[in-house]
Amino acid sequence: MDFTKSEYYINRELSWVRFNDRVLSEAENAEILLFERLKFLSISASNLDEFFMVRVASLKDMVHAGYTKKDIAGLRPKEQLDMLVEVLHPFVEKQYRIYEELRRSCAGVGLEIIEHHEDLDEEDGVYVDRYFQDSVYPVLTPMAVDASRPFPLIHNKSLNICALLSRRGGEHIGKQSSKGKKEDKEERTEEERDLEFATVQVPGVLPRFVLLPQRASDESKKIRIIRLEEVIERNIRKLFLNFKVVDAAPFRVMRNADLTIEEEEAEDLLQEIEKQIRKRQWGEAIRLEVEEGIDKRLLKILKKELRISQEDIYKISGPLDLTFLMKVYGLDGFGKYKIKSKEPQAVPEIQRDIDIFTSIRQGDILLHHPYQTFEPVVRFVEEAAKDPNVLAIKQTLYRVSGNSPIVRALAEAAQNGKQVSVLVELKARFDEENNIGWARMLEKAGCHVIYGLVGLKTHCKICLVVRREEDGIRRYVHLGTGNYNDATAKLYTDMGLLTCGERVGEDATAVFNMLSGYSEPVGWNRLSLAPLWLKKRLIKLIHRERDNALKGRTSGIKAKMNSICDRDVIAALYEAAASGVKVDLMVRGICCLRVGIPGVSDNIHVYSIVGDYLEHSRIFIFDNDHDPEVFMSSADWMPRNLERRVEIMFPIEDQALKKEAIHIIDLQLKDNVKKRVMQPDGTYLIPPIPEGEERICCQEIFGVEAAKKASNAQRKKTKDARVFIPMENPG
Amino acid sequence: MAEKIFAAIDVGSFELGLKIYEISPRYGIRALEHVRYRLALGTDSYVNRKISYEKMEELFRVLREFQTIMQSYKVSEYRAYGTSAIRETENTAIILEQIKNRTGIRLEVLSNSEQRFLDYKAIASSNLAEGRMFSKIIEKETAIVDIGGGNTQISLFDKDRLILTQNIKLGVLRLYESMEKMQPRAAQLEELLDEIILEQIHVFRKMYLKDSEIKRLILMDEYLSPLFVRGVIPGMSETRLVSADDFVAFDESLKGRGAEELSDALEVSEETVTLVRLASALVRRITEMFSVESIWAPGVSICDGMAYEYAEQLKLRGISHDFEQDILASASNISKRYLGSRKRRETLEKITLTIFDAMTTVHGMGSRERLLLQLAAILHDCGKYINMYNVGECSFNIVMNTEIIGLSHREREMVAFIVKFNHDEFEYFEDLPIDYGIDMSAYLTIAKLTAILRIANALDKSHKEKFRSIRAELDDDRLQLYVNAGTDILFEKDRFERQIGFFEEVYGIRPAIVQK
Repeated sequence: MDFTKSEYYINRELSWVRFNDRVLSEAENAEILLFERLKFLSISASNLDEFFMVRVASLKDMVHAGYTKKDIAGLRPKEQLDMLVEVLHPFVEKQYRIYEELRRSCAGVGLEIIEHHEDLDEEDGVYVDRYFQDSVYPVLTPMAVDASRPFPLIHNKSLNICALLSRRGGEHIGKQSSKGKKEDKEERTEEERDLEFATVQVPGVLPRFVLLPQRASDESKKIRIIRLEEVIERNIRKLFLNFKVVDAAPFRVMRNADLTIEEEEAEDLLQEIEKQIRKRQWGEAIRLEVEEGIDKRLLKILKKELRISQEDIYKISGPLDLTFLMKVYGLDGFGKYKIKSKEPQAVPEIQRDIDIFTSIRQGDILLHHPYQTFEPVVRFVEEAAKDPNVLAIKQTLYRVSGNSPIVRALAEAAQNGKQVSVLVELKARFDEENNIGWARMLEKAGCHVIYGLVGLKTHCKICLVVRREEDGIRRYVHLGTGNYNDATAKLYTDMGLLTCGERVGEDATAVFNMLSGYSEPVGWNRLSLAPLWLKKRLIKLIHRERDNALKGRTSGIKAKMNSICDRDVIAALYEAAASGVKVDLMVRGICCLRVGIPGVSDNIHVYSIVGDYLEHSRIFIFDNDHDPEVFMSSADWMPRNLERRVEIMFPIEDQALKKEAIHIIDLQLKDNVKKRVMQPDGTYLIPPIPEGEERICCQEIFGVEAAKKASNAQRKKTKDARVFIPMENPG
Repeated sequence: MAEKIFAAIDVGSFELGLKIYEISPRYGIRALEHVRYRLALGTDSYVNRKISYEKMEELFRVLREFQTIMQSYKVSEYRAYGTSAIRETENTAIILEQIKNRTGIRLEVLSNSEQRFLDYKAIASSNLAEGRMFSKIIEKETAIVDIGGGNTQISLFDKDRLILTQNIKLGVLRLYESMEKMQPRAAQLEELLDEIILEQIHVFRKMYLKDSEIKRLILMDEYLSPLFVRGVIPGMSETRLVSADDFVAFDESLKGRGAEELSDALEVSEETVTLVRLASALVRRITEMFSVESIWAPGVSICDGMAYEYAEQLKLRGISHDFEQDILASASNISKRYLGSRKRRETLEKITLTIFDAMTTVHGMGSRERLLLQLAAILHDCGKYINMYNVGECSFNIVMNTEIIGLSHREREMVAFIVKFNHDEFEYFEDLPIDYGIDMSAYLTIAKLTAILRIANALDKSHKEKFRSIRAELDDDRLQLYVNAGTDILFEKDRFERQIGFFEEVYGIRPAIVQK
């Protein structure tokens, strides 16, 4: 049976749009706290930006290059683009419908978002004008276009205000009457020859919105904000003295941001990436957002200068760039409309009063973030940096936080004379600049820095510490599913393993040797590495389940990941499912696998959780005839992860930890609050909780479990210490 | 003994290797790190007898990185050896000097027999692991096939002693170069390989395997062994033993498949696929020619041999294989091939060692020199096989042209000179031919050992093993040799008298026979 037929697969881009729609649904969900909904709306907007810059851009590149190869679902690039136009415009409309609804709700709870500067009263007007004069005006650079001044570079993702100017003087035209404006323009068509185009970038260095002063008369102490672009628009005449501003409107351009680096030819990868980042600013324009009701002439100029086609223009009835809502979320005073931030819990296996290496020697330790703190991982590197017995530290870095304690510790380790090798992935999308900075800093501190590998992104998360101990050299390894980023570790669900198992240590050493350009090891003990071995191993594991099912043994696959779109893996899953293997997939994002195809995927169920935390861990469980094998990985089941990245899949071998991992997946599968179920048409539904059934929200339960585990351990410690603990003053 | 961190560097013809070990009584020999870097130095040196500038620069860079890795483990001692690729360059000495200056690493060049001896030690080191496979394997007639880039070494065991070793100029890279040059069509390939490989193995068989057979092959190489380690060879047992039939089936399965497909199936790079094919073709032909029953690949490297040797020096427990016995067995086998008398050999060995041991306080030499003397005694008149008149010169030539596993080139030269001067007039240092790089220290050892061999030889000159027993005692400036002979020893005394002068000249001690 051919399991690779295109009708068995869902187009990747469409599946992504559906994922973003699930994010947006959270913003729509009235059961969710208001400010959390704002956050989801903001996330959906920032997701969409990235989607345009990378995926849509890539499809456009393919069309320009005349590439007509069909995708996994049998669609050519042009067909996919057409399809996206069909679905993305309504998606954006939905975003703004929700925005309007949320804005009204905010007004009801004491936050007024003033949409137009025309709505400001005199007192507020005076305030914002002064703000403009003092803080905004000095950082603005208005640019006019005429015969001697070419159309300026409009930076990718930047918010701008364009204006149509006339030398003939007159009144500033605002938005108070778009109807009147239109008539006015029509009457003055003769003047068009004298019209000039100008643009000014809304400065990114200033806050996106201005807090208006509270009124003494307002008893409700309402917080009122107005967006920066409105403040600029209100004062735009001051930028173009001697001109009449015929019309002004905000606009935003999205450009092709996919780096195309000729790595083989690039002598210095670092310099080449810096060059490409600069080029990203003038990549092809692939999306133009303008305010609904923009003057036709302005739009015509933008369209011509940016060389953008009609279907790529999004007329927005609301504020451009909704990511500002994340800043709104950060406003003080709305605590009851946000989820109370939960402190990540301590990891009981790691004790404060003994060194972390002693704790690891007592047995493998599984970390479940963000329910458990990321601090042990930071401590692992920090202690290694200071420990006189540590000989070497080797680590991969993909995305790190600003002012990362891990990076600081690595630098300190090098200064302490340890051999520190760090692979900093310069090609981590949108973190390239950040990573160049870290790389240089680490190199200066004396670390041996490897700037990634030619043709491959190093996405695996691994840290190896070589320590000389009384009984010889011992290797300690941390393996993770998520980045070494202490900031995102509070928001993303990820798993980590701390171990000093000799076999894993040997493999970890081999991984770093390969990353340093040495030959592959003769064999691997425990780890599977992409791109050379992981996919093959994965397919073998799936085939083993298939064979078990065919032989009448027990079988089953439960896997959790962010995305699945590798045809070979999906075909293997179809084959396994068709042979009787029950497959449960927990896929947060893209899923090209189609459920419910008779005889092919009736045994496969796909679920997705979009919750308060971003589901990010990758956990794979194979029943193996009642002897389950559990793996974790940095890799999704996507061709890019399995074929174009260095990824690691590592086993969980300790029986207790294995149980814990299985429990994590099982609880996710039992979730009936956030778990959406994929339908045969590729859409997702949250089934209603049957009457009488207990409400299960896995993210909440994991938090409770982590807290319980930490407090039990603390109680036990207190008991073992045989001391009384005085109660603190409850007041 | 506290644990030692030891590094072994192998500058091979196909790749550079660094292996770091922790050697301790508790863990034995534990490999901590194994770094390999693909750099085919052999393709340059086998063809042009020189290594290109670019490859030299790359070699320096990688060796400097090796230094960094060694420092990170705080390595206390290391050995760095170069093999055939370095050996076969015209300017070996210059290369070694450059490596030292540019990387700080003292690289030594191994003679072929030293290299193979270390490989052999590496194989024996696998005995330190559970199962003691090596000991089990050599219980049956066994040959080690050690495939390198330039050459292949075939060593034969008799019972559990290695008795013969022969180098054949048939390495994988050399084969690869030939194929590249001749560009055979697919249909011609097998026949061409047959012609190149079988011709050489056939000679080996005719010369050395008249009355013995090979049941098992121990395979050592960088091409097929990784496949054994990864379990890619179908039908292989957990101990990495594969039957000849399964191996032939494996070799058959390599035919007619593209490099990409094989690279995927064998988990090696596409570039390596060709080398795997050639190595497999070679092993298959050896297997078929000698009717081998099974093949075992321990998956060790020369670096393991270096670590094993270092552990031997540290007198680590568990190291049981007596390699000296292999060297002696190998020398006896050479003597046998040239129709030397076993009895005569044994008598002479006994007398020489008796004298050597009695004079330890005078000559100050150690066990290695004792071994050289023993070898010289075994091989003392092998040249007779060629020419009765010119025994010294002929023996010299035989020793110089025969592989004695475990001896360095210098040691082989020393043995050759000792057997030569046993028969011919002793030449003084200044008169030695310059071609032989004998230094003063080696020269003095040759003189001392020759003096002993000469008087020992005189004592059994009639080849009649007249002495029932012999004892040596050092008494101030005299060496008393107490002999118990049941017959007249007039002839021996005469010959002995003739050698006294040289012995006195070397040691300042006068030997005398005391007949009981």
